[in-house]
Amino acid sequence: MRLEPIAHPSLARRAGLPALALLATLLSAMALAALAGANPLAVLGQIAVGAVGSKFALLETLNRATPLIFTGLAAAVAFRARLWNIGAEAQLYLGAIVTVLLGTGALPGLLVLPVTALVAALAGGLLLLGPVLMKTKAGVDEVVTTLLINFILLLLVSYLLEGPMKDPMGMGWPKSTPLVTEARLPRIVEGLRLHWGFALALLAAAAIWIIQTRTKLGYEIRAVGLNIHAARFAGIPVNCVLVKTALLSGGLAALAGWSEVAGLKGHLSLDLSPGFGYTGIIVAMLALLHPLGVVVSALFVAGVFVGSDAMSRAAGVPTYIADIVLALALLYMVLALGLTRYRLVRG
Amino acid sequence: MQAQEVVLRLTGITKRFGPVLANDGIDLALHRGEVVALLGENGAGKTTLMNILFGQYRADAGDTQAFGAALPPGQPRAALMAGIGMVHQHFTQCGALTVLENIMLGRESLWQTRLGRAKARARLAQLMADFGLTVDPDARVGDLSVGERQRVEILKALYGEARVLILDEPTAVLTPQEAEALFVTLRRLVAQGLSVLFISHKLGEVMALADRCVVLRHGRVAGAVRVAETNPAALAAMMVGGDLPGQAVPPGRPGVVLLSLRNVGGTGVDLDLRAGTITGLAGVSGNGQAALADLISGLARPLAGQMTLGGQAVPADWSPRRAVQAGVGRIPEDRHRQGVVGDFTLAENAVLERYGEAGFARGPFLRRGAIRDFAAGLIGKYDVRGGGPETAARGLSGGNMQKVILGRVLEAGPKIILANQPVRGLDVGAIAYVQSQLIAARDQGAAVLLISEDLNEVLDLSDVVHVISKGRLSPGFARGEKTVAELGLWMAGEGFDHAA
Repeated sequence: MRLEPIAHPSLARRAGLPALALLATLLSAMALAALAGANPLAVLGQIAVGAVGSKFALLETLNRATPLIFTGLAAAVAFRARLWNIGAEAQLYLGAIVTVLLGTGALPGLLVLPVTALVAALAGGLLLLGPVLMKTKAGVDEVVTTLLINFILLLLVSYLLEGPMKDPMGMGWPKSTPLVTEARLPRIVEGLRLHWGFALALLAAAAIWIIQTRTKLGYEIRAVGLNIHAARFAGIPVNCVLVKTALLSGGLAALAGWSEVAGLKGHLSLDLSPGFGYTGIIVAMLALLHPLGVVVSALFVAGVFVGSDAMSRAAGVPTYIADIVLALALLYMVLALGLTRYRLVRG
Repeated sequence: MQAQEVVLRLTGITKRFGPVLANDGIDLALHRGEVVALLGENGAGKTTLMNILFGQYRADAGDTQAFGAALPPGQPRAALMAGIGMVHQHFTQCGALTVLENIMLGRESLWQTRLGRAKARARLAQLMADFGLTVDPDARVGDLSVGERQRVEILKALYGEARVLILDEPTAVLTPQEAEALFVTLRRLVAQGLSVLFISHKLGEVMALADRCVVLRHGRVAGAVRVAETNPAALAAMMVGGDLPGQAVPPGRPGVVLLSLRNVGGTGVDLDLRAGTITGLAGVSGNGQAALADLISGLARPLAGQMTLGGQAVPADWSPRRAVQAGVGRIPEDRHRQGVVGDFTLAENAVLERYGEAGFARGPFLRRGAIRDFAAGLIGKYDVRGGGPETAARGLSGGNMQKVILGRVLEAGPKIILANQPVRGLDVGAIAYVQSQLIAARDQGAAVLLISEDLNEVLDLSDVVHVISKGRLSPGFARGEKTVAELGLWMAGEGFDHAA
């Protein structure tokens, strides 16, 4: 058996294989449900209802999708340039730290929201800048450095919550002083539990899409990612493009942290992110790195998580099924993409 | 040479790629102890035939036999196992491994652990001594020159105990003297009962080396003759059919010096590129061409000596972008790697060097309509076949890809053109087109630097020829001043010693 490249994959192949991957995900989910002793169709139905079946469920899904859109965009932007930013989790937490630093009374009222957002994004970008400069100057693999920084940042948050940022009114819980009201993102519609972070995430996706398809920077990012040698030969300033990409990617991931603190939680805690930074990679890959696709896949992934929580309460199937389903979805999708451009032949 | 056992037989091989019939009912037989040349122009179907033999492609019809047994189609290992060794035109090596590791690669089961490694090293040393092919066994293949990598490829085949050796245009990267040494090697192999199938488009080599010659033209066998019973003219006629031989290039009108190098790299490289002149750089690959090309294309900065453009020293921040802005058009050596972004459309590739110019961008935004129109114009003007502005570049043939690069370079109106291996791997039609465009650019006053391993190409096109060898550059020779043999001596580094 070997792989033979296909020069011009047909439309059926390009559309059919990803569809097949989704179908395979669905079937696997049903098999897992059956394995857990529940009725597969009922489990799927409960996940769907739990994700979008009511106003409350839908809003919960949208809220959960918000940070995933930001981290998904962060991964999508960086991966386009073949810059493997695995550190979105760290950038997210740094964004959250900055939000708490500036949002607990340090700044005057009107300025506080835009300034926290900007400074948080800048901090996240700068956090990714270090690994990128190590990569361009010394050839250090950014996968390793960005991954390790995640752990460093988590320990930093842990320290801050036990020490300098600890909420004196927190009854001993490791959480920060809450944000002042001016630093909080208002809800889009009064009475509905959905904050402006979601709208901003959509806006960010549209902006990234425009950057990638319409601007010189997007052109440069894609050229560097697709063929760095040709890009360099043609005179594209490769290192400069990578630095810009890092600022963009790190900034987006930090906005996820900002939006979670300012929009949802109101304070920093160690459970702020259940791995949004890592899940963002899955979101981006499922979206084939397309910025608008990131919105769709973030909604899908958030729906699976939220729906599985609800299903678990009703059907008694563990919520871990959500993680397995998403992992399988990613594997099937990657496989489908591979088979779009290659075919298996015998001999 | 009397007829002996047939070691390799191809019967009725036919292969079609879309509308192109690459091989059409080809029959070929190779006997023990025989050298057969497979002669044909670029694109005549020689390489396709070999890829079928080695299972890279499946033939649409026909079959192959080695030592009397049929080879299963589409299985690359089958031919190797049957004792057929191939030296590819494009090397199949792993750049990160050493020479020894590359040679052992794929034969691991024969060689166990360190003991095997020592044995392999000893055997390789013996082979190198026997056949006069010297390469450092511990050098990383990625660091070797193209010429050295070919030696590795030949050694690899010999090492694999091949009884039939197939060489695909083996002399393309060798000096005439090195080629002669290779011929001696091959004759020694044949005397020991091996058989050689030798693919070439050079008549001289065929006459010098082969016992028999099979000529391919447009995918068919145009003739099969004993070399002793024929002559180069007859072979040429068979090879090109009714086609006329190429016209001699009229000389250029030399103008002012546009680019000048003085002792760059500290090895006495002095070079003047004059307007209206094609300056040819002959030499075996890996003798400093890459460093010189990097310097002129902006990838490297002069470390020593002086580089001036139009009389001005190049800026300290010399870079590819600066080079483009200074009017240096660059045709890179490896068009797939450096020339185009394969997954970009033709439109995107057409402006790869110039997307930031006012015509193609407004503020941070690209003017996509203008870019598409520019690409459409380029595609029409340079006769790019196989796609429109929105087609991905990777789908194009090498010739059409090169036309896109050529168009991109020429449309910028360059004063200096660096053409690094501009026709490598192209078919006859594309070669003629690219060369005629370079000549036209010269006639409009551009200074062209042509770097090529093909001495004939350099001699045909150039007004001035320099030879590069071990980082040193010969003085410029006017057209016709030196014979091929004399230039060959320079390529081997001998002229420098006399001149110094």
